[in-house]
Amino acid sequence: MTPMPLSRVFIAILIIAVVTFFTRVFPFIFFSRRNPPKILDFVQQYIPPMVMVILVIYSLKDTSWASAPFGLPEIISLLFVTIIHLWKNNPLISIFGGTILYMIFVQTGILKTLF
Amino acid sequence: MTVPNIFSNKCFKEAFRCTIPVLLGYLAIGIAFGLLLTDAGYHWLLALFMSITIYAGAGQYIAVSMFAQNAGFTEIALVTLLVNARHMVYGLSLLDKFRNTKPITPYLIFALTDETYSLLTTVTVPDGVKKREFYFYISLLDHFYWIAGGVLGAWFGSFFTSFDCTGLSFALTALFMVLLIEQWKQCRSKLPFAIAAIVSILVLIFIGKENMLIFSILISIIILILLRKRLPS
Repeated sequence: MTPMPLSRVFIAILIIAVVTFFTRVFPFIFFSRRNPPKILDFVQQYIPPMVMVILVIYSLKDTSWASAPFGLPEIISLLFVTIIHLWKNNPLISIFGGTILYMIFVQTGILKTLF
Repeated sequence: MTVPNIFSNKCFKEAFRCTIPVLLGYLAIGIAFGLLLTDAGYHWLLALFMSITIYAGAGQYIAVSMFAQNAGFTEIALVTLLVNARHMVYGLSLLDKFRNTKPITPYLIFALTDETYSLLTTVTVPDGVKKREFYFYISLLDHFYWIAGGVLGAWFGSFFTSFDCTGLSFALTALFMVLLIEQWKQCRSKLPFAIAAIVSILVLIFIGKENMLIFSILISIIILILLRKRLPS
């Protein structure tokens, strides 16, 4: 797939910057004088967990599950991230450890040799 | 507001001390962002530009993958909105703290990332220090660390092109996984996780990966609203 040309990238950055600022300024504009509605509590609680699940699966969408090594690098690295994170509770160690492990798997092709 | 000799300023020093953990984190995650961006074929200046104007961790990571896919503007806007939806509630707990912070209030709001939010809501303003200045330095320092990390990573990526970046984008997956675990620990119901997992896998199979994000998010939200009686509020 061809990446986005630079002229479109600038428009995209402008859109992202404006939308991001909107999400941050939103409560200051709408609730500086009145109390927030109940639906916002609902959004606050359940949208972030759903979005995170979707993003994890989205970032794995190009994995080829049907051919060797059958997504094993992704699965093992994600398990590693999960275990290290639950154990150490340090996002940096979990993210970097998992990424380095994954890079070793895919650059050496070590898991393909299992099949 | 004049700032005489900022580095000997007590307020600046106190703010710097609070932000040291963020310094380490932002440098590391910023460097990974910069590497990803140059790996996708873009100039390092774009990392500088994005980190100054957008200033959002997960938002900028996902932006890189949407650039690489040449995603549509509507999808970009919607995904950014939903990825940052948590920010819409952050401000609620800062409405009082940000009173009397004129004229820098807009900057404080702009710079309200997860990390800055957690600092501003937990630290106490030291004695003899103006709240407005203290908040300003914390926000500005964090923003600076983020920009520095992004530019360092992008420089490294564009000058050491022999560095093999294959697999680096897994940093994105790992970041989302960590955020997912944090949500899992906090959330009182596990139903939203199940809904999102089932819906996104079905969308991936039956609709395809091009429009996966929009469809998964919208369908999950609809199912969530339909099932809202089963969820603790």
